[in-house]
Amino acid sequence: MITIKNLHASIDGKEILKGLNLEVPAGQVHAIMGPNGAGKSTLASVLAGREDYEVTDGTVDFDGVDLLELSTEDRAREGMFLAFQYPVEIPGVSNVNFLRTALNEIREYKGQEAISAKDFMAMVREKSAIVELDAKLASRAVNEGFSGGEKKRNEIFQMAMLEPKLAILDETDSGLDIDALRIVANGVNKLRSEKNATIVITHYQRLLDYIVPDVVHVLYNGRIVKSGPKELALELEEKGYDWIKAEQEAK
Amino acid sequence: MGYTENELAKDLENQEYKFGFVTNIESDKAPKGLNEGIIRFISAKKEEPEWLLDFRLKAFALWKEMTEPEWAHVHYEKPDFQDITYYSAPKQTKKYESWDDVDPEMKETMAKLGISMEEQQRLTGVAVDFVMDSVSVATSFKSKLAELGIVFCSFSEAVKEHPELVRKYMGTVVPMTDNFYAALNSAVFTDGSFCYIPSGVRCPMELSTYFRINEGGTGQFERTLVVADQGAYVSYLEGCTAPQRDENQLHAAVVELIALDDAEIKYSTVQNWYPGDKEGKGGIYNFVTKRGLCERNAKISWTQVETGSAVTWKYPSCVLKGDNSIGEFYSVAVTNNYQQADTGTKMIHLGKNTKSTIISKGISAGKSQNSYRGLVQIHKNADNARNFSQCDSLLMTDECGAHTFPYIECKNSSAKIEHEATTSKIGEDQIFYCLQRGISEEKAISLIVNGYCKEVLNQLPMEFAVEAQKLLAISLEGSVG
Repeated sequence: MITIKNLHASIDGKEILKGLNLEVPAGQVHAIMGPNGAGKSTLASVLAGREDYEVTDGTVDFDGVDLLELSTEDRAREGMFLAFQYPVEIPGVSNVNFLRTALNEIREYKGQEAISAKDFMAMVREKSAIVELDAKLASRAVNEGFSGGEKKRNEIFQMAMLEPKLAILDETDSGLDIDALRIVANGVNKLRSEKNATIVITHYQRLLDYIVPDVVHVLYNGRIVKSGPKELALELEEKGYDWIKAEQEAK
Repeated sequence: MGYTENELAKDLENQEYKFGFVTNIESDKAPKGLNEGIIRFISAKKEEPEWLLDFRLKAFALWKEMTEPEWAHVHYEKPDFQDITYYSAPKQTKKYESWDDVDPEMKETMAKLGISMEEQQRLTGVAVDFVMDSVSVATSFKSKLAELGIVFCSFSEAVKEHPELVRKYMGTVVPMTDNFYAALNSAVFTDGSFCYIPSGVRCPMELSTYFRINEGGTGQFERTLVVADQGAYVSYLEGCTAPQRDENQLHAAVVELIALDDAEIKYSTVQNWYPGDKEGKGGIYNFVTKRGLCERNAKISWTQVETGSAVTWKYPSCVLKGDNSIGEFYSVAVTNNYQQADTGTKMIHLGKNTKSTIISKGISAGKSQNSYRGLVQIHKNADNARNFSQCDSLLMTDECGAHTFPYIECKNSSAKIEHEATTSKIGEDQIFYCLQRGISEEKAISLIVNGYCKEVLNQLPMEFAVEAQKLLAISLEGSVG
């Protein structure tokens, strides 16, 4: 689904990603863990196309297209979805209006007709159930006055509505209590299929109890330095990152 | 609602000021300049009665003694009042008897403005009065309204047909001494709209006036007078456009609303006068005095969407004279490039239990300056008066300015006054969030801005709201920086 080779990216002249390689095939969930400042959120931002970051080297193949050539909105229209660590509030714009606009822009890009109001509302009902999101939240302004948990659930609801090929969950577990975590994770699991892929960025092993990854990667100092099965996450939880750091310094 | 996502996209392609065309219609003009002779000329052209000529001459005498106000937060080259043509009328041999008689060029102008009257008549049920330069060209639906006793016609016609009403109410809310521009208007006004709703009648359709400045070098000075008799209701719409010209043109209107006991007037404006080009050249100077008077239990609601004009100086106000009367002001003012707006309202509480609400949303882009100026005045007999004001400013760039000048004068200790204000910058984060969901930047801005203005847009009648949304998007196209 996505193949990242030798990716270098910097912000304000400071290099954050220093030759990152990563491949996530369709149908899989990959977790990216790592200490603070390793470049996890930078990776999410660079892939989504945030303009503050400059890509200085490397390639990203996204299901056959050169991702780095695409504008931010076209990446989204090609099926890239970022669940934000801090979802943004847009006062006065209802969630449904926001999503209908997004959905129709994506459909237009794909040469499909705009969705009818009736089909759209049916879809809202169906998808909001996935994350146990109150239908009332769907008609409220985007994230305005939402609790932390509601914001995160709303991200997964949007993901369900837009049906992306690749979803990147950027610390979706941060600030969630255990019930909200379970609901969000269940939502993500229900959306897993053979045709899509998920990258889960997290600090904590806890989330991976619920969203079980196929592969766990350790991001350190702008590179993936270690990859392994889900047990790697447990090892990290137990031992922390010092041994990884030591290993790297030894090289 | 029949949301306009696709239409909006189409309109955005054509983002330049789209009403900048000039219609080639021969016009009948007065020579440039202002003196008693010109005023007599205008009055004679309009075959006015003696009392009205006297009114004009008195206003002119007063105006000559007045100085142009300088307190507003705007900077502009003062108009040369001797270099303006005060009367310009599309040449016509007779007053149109029916729509079929209207000059085809004129019909085309209206069609370009999106107000083909045939369409209007068939589809929307909005009665329209069209004022080009100085003269009211056509009024639709007149006979239908007449059955209910509603008078809706040009100001000149009202002077001829209903002189007792005009004489009784004209100048009672905005006296000629009120301010410099009101005095000027009182001296030289050429036409405008007049509306009278008889006691107990609910006007069954929106009444609408479109103002258009066509001729170069002319000023437009129209007067609008709306009287809702006891228990009457009317919703009134006003739209304005002008051609693109390098010079600054002056628009100094006076609007007076009178809501008698238990009456209600809703007055909505979408102001889209030519704002000047990107370098700030040309554009309309929009110096307008709008005020409404509420008697007992009456209500006046002003809603305005201001996107045009190089300089705007405008404070639609309510005098809450009667007990239990209500005044409302909902405003969106957008400035881009070098536009300047100093706009707001005055709520004058005289009666007991009077209530007022002010919702003002300013949006500044480019190098523009946008000011809210408001006065809430509670007089000593206004027991239990209440006011709620909310003034929000949204900044689109680092070079624009937003200013708020709220004044409160309270002489009654039972009053309750609330004022809330916020200033925010349109967030790159918000835009990135929209882009990441596949929404284009133009649409993202339009969504965010429309969301920000929602409380005001919701006050507009449906067709107007759609038009206003498009206008906002067009005015702000490419303006985030």
